Amino acid sequence: MDVLGMDTLDIARWQFGITTVYHFLMVPLTIGLGILVAVMHTMWVRTDKPEWLRMTRFWGRIYLINFVLGVATGLVQEFQFGLAWSEYSRFVGDVFGSLLALEALLAFFLESTFLGLWIFGWGRIPKRLHLAALWAAVIGSIVSAYFIIAANSWMQHPVGVTVGEDGRPVHTDFLAVLTNNTALAAFSHAIVAALMVAGALLVGIGLWHLRRRKLAGQPATDVDHAVWRRSVRLGGWVSLAAFVLTALTGDWQGKLMYEQQPLKMSSAEALCETEAPASFSIFAWGKLGNNECDDVHSLTVPYVLSYLAHGDFSTAVPGVNELQEEYAAVYGETYPDDPSFGDKAGEPIDYTPLLAVTYWSFRLMIGMGAVSAGVAAYALWSTRRGRVPTSRIGVYGSLLAVGAPFVANAAGWIFTEMGRQPFVVHPNPDVPVEDQVWFFTAQAVSPGISAAEVWTSLIALTVVYAALAIVELWLIGRFVRAGVTTGDGSPTPEPPDDGDGETPRRDDDVLQFAY
Amino acid sequence: MDLPTLWFAAVAVLWTGFLLLEGFDFGVAALLPVLGRKPQDRHLMLRSIGPLWDGNEVWLITAVGAVFAAFPGWYATWLPAMYLPFVLVLFGLIIRAVAFEWRHSHHTEGWDATWTKVITGGSLIAALGIGAALGATTLGLPVDADGIRVGGPFAGYSWPALLGALAVLGFSLVHGALFLALKVDGDVRLRARAFARRWSPVAALPLLAWAGITHLRYGTPVTGVLWLVAAAAVVVAWAKIRLDREGSAFAAWAVLLVASAATIFGAAYPVVLPSTIDVAFDVTAADASVSDYTLTVMTWAAGVGLPVVLGYQAWTYWVFRKRLTAEPVHDEAVPA
Ligand code: HDD
Ligand code: HEM
Ligand code: HEM
Repeated sequence: MDVLGMDTLDIARWQFGITTVYHFLMVPLTIGLGILVAVMHTMWVRTDKPEWLRMTRFWGRIYLINFVLGVATGLVQEFQFGLAWSEYSRFVGDVFGSLLALEALLAFFLESTFLGLWIFGWGRIPKRLHLAALWAAVIGSIVSAYFIIAANSWMQHPVGVTVGEDGRPVHTDFLAVLTNNTALAAFSHAIVAALMVAGALLVGIGLWHLRRRKLAGQPATDVDHAVWRRSVRLGGWVSLAAFVLTALTGDWQGKLMYEQQPLKMSSAEALCETEAPASFSIFAWGKLGNNECDDVHSLTVPYVLSYLAHGDFSTAVPGVNELQEEYAAVYGETYPDDPSFGDKAGEPIDYTPLLAVTYWSFRLMIGMGAVSAGVAAYALWSTRRGRVPTSRIGVYGSLLAVGAPFVANAAGWIFTEMGRQPFVVHPNPDVPVEDQVWFFTAQAVSPGISAAEVWTSLIALTVVYAALAIVELWLIGRFVRAGVTTGDGSPTPEPPDDGDGETPRRDDDVLQFAY
Repeated sequence: MDLPTLWFAAVAVLWTGFLLLEGFDFGVAALLPVLGRKPQDRHLMLRSIGPLWDGNEVWLITAVGAVFAAFPGWYATWLPAMYLPFVLVLFGLIIRAVAFEWRHSHHTEGWDATWTKVITGGSLIAALGIGAALGATTLGLPVDADGIRVGGPFAGYSWPALLGALAVLGFSLVHGALFLALKVDGDVRLRARAFARRWSPVAALPLLAWAGITHLRYGTPVTGVLWLVAAAAVVVAWAKIRLDREGSAFAAWAVLLVASAATIFGAAYPVVLPSTIDVAFDVTAADASVSDYTLTVMTWAAGVGLPVVLGYQAWTYWVFRKRLTAEPVHDEAVPA
């Protein structure tokens, strides 16, 4: 079946892209906000100041609403490799599955169990143990990010394997997979990018509340004021620091990518011909859209690209046209004439990823990050020494800019993933060609399933995800507008208690089977 | 024991652990409209599984992850062959997860009632779908020599899938009722007992049938004995719940699951997915497994990690061990 001219492969790719980008809207907020809520909770335990408790409760609630959607969408990812990408799963089986299993065993259990303890443990378990439960959950999220990024980075740069029969990878060195330089760089980049998301949220919502309270003539001395002010200051500094760190870790990734996937980086620069010294493109026009490199013109800054790629101002950076020929010489001009390649069998291989996508997603990532950093700087400046900004544009702009680091994160992944096309497992250029493993996306899709099945799941998932997004935004919006005093009007909030007493009676201990 | 056998056992343990734990939260959720007459009852029931369901669900993720990690050939044959049922399971799990959280995020009666229904519906779909998938992978799917499904999207829907679905549902319903009898007090406890008393013999039948068929088809004397243990456990559970001995009944019902799972996986081994087209196409543990190197790495990781996980999960069950009653001052443990 061929609806909209898409075959099973195309539909499965859309499905993977949509569901993963969606999952990654929750993920950075879970990681970033988790860390910040744990910091707030720690500050409360250490200082006993009521504003830290309120901040923990308010931001903790948003963290949880978001967390659950992260869990729900993560489940889909776990099954998807088998459902739609069974040939991929067979091919990478010796390495890839173990990372997913370890993620579940070592990270997801930690996250979910201790988060349950944190949620239901208020007032029931000792204060410090309760705090430790939150930290355990947050560490779980970070460990989970590490394993899944190690899995992804192995697809970008397969290490720790030799070539077995059918060109399949045979696992030889697990430690090498865990210490893959691609993984270390991508992991650190993704964690600091997650902190930008959380920082922007604190800034946007905090400023909005501060302004609203001021216009309503509410005091600038009470606990609520302290809550929003602290949120803005904390979020602002975290955002700024995290932006500097994304730039540093991103530069590290860029240098690695120039060695490992030069075509991805040259496409990101729309650098068609080799240049020495190479210049960095700021804005490109021409036929980027149809992947015709010869017709691309761009506005450039000389020398900068050489620096980004190699750390000096003169070394040559290879262009897309030259690289395309090099790849074709090594990995083939055409796909093998084999049924496992479906419609693509025998067709010529285009090694250049979609230029428009790589070029613009790269700029969107950096640009949106910069916007977010600018907003953070504005927030810090406008709240200096106890001030409260009342500028409509400034405050609503900051609220709108909460979305910027989300867009930057999505763009970063789209760049990383689409930039490695047509490979799903990109060959590792550090080893001789006969020792390399690689796998084309065209071979990866499940052969037994029909286009109708994948259409069904794609449409259904998209509809459900859209509905979830609407309810989620509505709930968070209501919750945010209501502010910190939701549910308790008391000036000094008490930690919530279930109200059903402290020391359980012995015959209540059902697990003792005392009957 | 060679490594693929060890990992086959590990996968069987993970699936059993998943059914044992998530089984009761599926059951409690499915029984909401049956045992929860008043909103307070339903809140009480949900409160009994509130802190636990997410941790339980990770057993599913780990079980699927372990199938992928140790037996990619099984993962890559089983999942696409049952594409639509698995997608349905995912829907069930998605709507259920968000409903748990959203239900208490807004306070109107209609809102609460709607999400409570979604929890029930999602849990039913997930329990049935997982049962169907497990039934199919132990009793057969139409796959060819390359592990590719023969026939259209519905080729996997057969009596084994139906049997598996009913078995998991039946087990979970009574398991949930016994859990409630053990965990809460008041009317719900009494109704849960009555439900288990009335339905446990019937609800066990599909599971016993599934285990029995697997044994008759592939079994050994050992699996025969295991099956008898499972059957005896049903009798014990039923007798104990008639005496209102909730703890022992719950334990006996758990033995039913463990013994049935041991029968099923024990009999099926070394086949992980029989082909209904030709026995020569059966997927076996040895064909489907990864290299010994990878299995060794995972054995070390699981050997260290799993006891730790079991330790802290058991500890949280201990922390929340208290019997719950329906008259808390605040409505329920307001999550942070
Ligand atoms: C950089 C981090 C990162 C990335 C790239 C991914 N995830 Fe994720 N995932 C997380 C970080 C994360 C998390 C922070 O640990 C989550 C998000 C929200 C949450 O509840 O945990 C999570 C949840 C989550 C869950 C539910 C866990 C639970 O029940 O507690 C599963 C099964 C997956 N993910 C699986 C995947 C798969 C198979 C991915 C590959 C496409 C993936 N995730 C990408
Ligand atoms: C959460 C962040 C991620 C995002 C936003 C993301 C995004 C994408 C996108 C947009 C595609 C489609 C590319 C295309 O078809 O051209 C894709 C494909 C894919 N990605 Fe990712 N990805 C993420 C993480 C991962 C991880 C962690 C893995 C592996 C562990 C992974 C494995 C794959 C696979 C197997 C495909 C399918 C083959 C393909 O279409 O290229 N992705 N991803
Ligand atoms: C400021 C300069 C930045 C540079 C030089 C940079 C560089 C890079 C590079 C080269 C990659 C591709 C890595 C690969 O293909 O494996 C990447 C990926 C990514 N970027 Fe950035 N980046 C920057 C800022 C940001 C910002 C501000 C965010 C989000 C707030 C962000 C989020 C991401 C994400 C989520 C990925 C994909 C996952 C990963 O590989 O870590 N980046 N970045």
